[in-house]
Amino acid sequence: MSTSPGTPLSTPKIRIRGLHKAFGSKIVLDGVDLDVEAGTSMVIIGGSGSGKSVLLRCILGLIEPDAGTIEIDGENLLTAPRSRQDALRRQIGMLFQNGALFDSMSVGENVAFGVRAKHSDRNGATPSRTQALQIAGGLLEQVGLDPSVGELSPSELSGGMQKRVGLARAIAGNPNIMFFDEPTTGLDPIMGAVIDGLIVDCVQKLGSTAIAITHDMASAQRIGNRAAMLYRGKLIWQGEASDLMNSGNAMVDQFTHGRREGPITMELRK
Amino acid sequence: MNAVLDPIAALGRAALGLIKQAGALALFALEALSHLVRPPFYWRIFFSSLIETGFFSLPVVALTALFSGAVIALQSYVGFGQYHVQSAIAGIVVLAVTRELGPVLAGLMVAGRVGAAMSAQIGTMRVTDQIDALTTLSTDPMKYLVTPRLLAGTLALPCLVLVADILGVMGGFTVSVAKLGFSPSTYITATLDSLKTMDVVVGLVKAAVFGFLIALLGCYNGYNSRGGAEGVGSATTAAVVGASILLLLFDYLLTDLFFSQ
Repeated sequence: MSTSPGTPLSTPKIRIRGLHKAFGSKIVLDGVDLDVEAGTSMVIIGGSGSGKSVLLRCILGLIEPDAGTIEIDGENLLTAPRSRQDALRRQIGMLFQNGALFDSMSVGENVAFGVRAKHSDRNGATPSRTQALQIAGGLLEQVGLDPSVGELSPSELSGGMQKRVGLARAIAGNPNIMFFDEPTTGLDPIMGAVIDGLIVDCVQKLGSTAIAITHDMASAQRIGNRAAMLYRGKLIWQGEASDLMNSGNAMVDQFTHGRREGPITMELRK
Repeated sequence: MNAVLDPIAALGRAALGLIKQAGALALFALEALSHLVRPPFYWRIFFSSLIETGFFSLPVVALTALFSGAVIALQSYVGFGQYHVQSAIAGIVVLAVTRELGPVLAGLMVAGRVGAAMSAQIGTMRVTDQIDALTTLSTDPMKYLVTPRLLAGTLALPCLVLVADILGVMGGFTVSVAKLGFSPSTYITATLDSLKTMDVVVGLVKAAVFGFLIALLGCYNGYNSRGGAEGVGSATTAAVVGASILLLLFDYLLTDLFFSQ
């Protein structure tokens, strides 16, 4: 495994050590160690089933890991009291692969939900529904959508627009950590580039630390300044995102160049 | 040897699976109920579930009750005719409707209509990551999705059963007066003589229990659904079948508890 030169002096924003997760006999995460420095945009690449989504879900508390530690700002998420875990996780905004918009609400109400949910956490005055919808209109503009889109139902939007709305909802609480789960999957290359641009703008504007998981190499290089590769539940490489296409690691090179031949073999279902 | 032990082992596995399911369902219910006393409470979801469960189920429950009362009157007239006790029809209708038919038929109708809808809605949210999205937006999905629906189900069904009781008796009255030649005043007097507060109250208690069970099974199966559209379909089927079976089981237990002495 190659790493960037030098040891970080400050506490990483996110530190993961020895993370294990298995579903029955299937080991999905097998001792993952990862540091993400504050203000870094880390891109995690890897094949389908390599454990990328499970890693994000463990950090978010959606899946309980079997072993290991996950620290945010030096505090162990897994051993902290529940209220503290919730407080630490409230710093995180998440853009799901399919947007995960609430289909029982309008687009505006989806974003307003994020506004109200995150504000009420902070023991501040929760904005009224009208105020939250006004803030939501501004957030929709921030992701390049006309505020009038707020009146539509999520099912009336294209995939790219759903991602934008998902992004608006994710940034509603001004998170200082952002996760992106395959943000460009299912989008055409131009829309993919647009979404990547929005992600970079939002992360820079908020000064957030970001983790994105993706199969899309162009997207990985646009979003990330650091990169890592997961293979069969292990982190096999970390480095600069700019080195992705020329990493010097045979597995990473095979993956990023999409070669059939190489050390990575496709696992056949038994 | 295996021919003897295999069926026993299969039976044992099935029993263990059933116990595990019952335990998981009980824990799910306890967690959902614990949110009733921990703010915030999502009133908008509660009222929208109340309207969906109560108001929009009214036509189907009303029609079912009306025709059931009418059928009971008609069947009783034919059966009781053999013993020349047709005058007992009013009492039989009111007894059957308030004690059994009202709560059970309304419960089964609501299980098919509302239990299925709850399961499909929450199940779709599960398989499209909407429940995970709620968690990432600092909203407890149990508190937001399940607790208001449980409370709405528990409160809506007694209201529906009260309507079903009235319409069931009206169905019997209509058939008895219009078709069987009873005098309206005699029928009403006999109905009022046979109407007991205890019967109505126990029917409403049953309805509250049934409403809770229907919402619980709908939410539980939806919340735990997996595997896309097929998983949601299976969850919906399990919610309706499970609620119907539990409803009949609890109907027996409550009847035994209140009326066996």
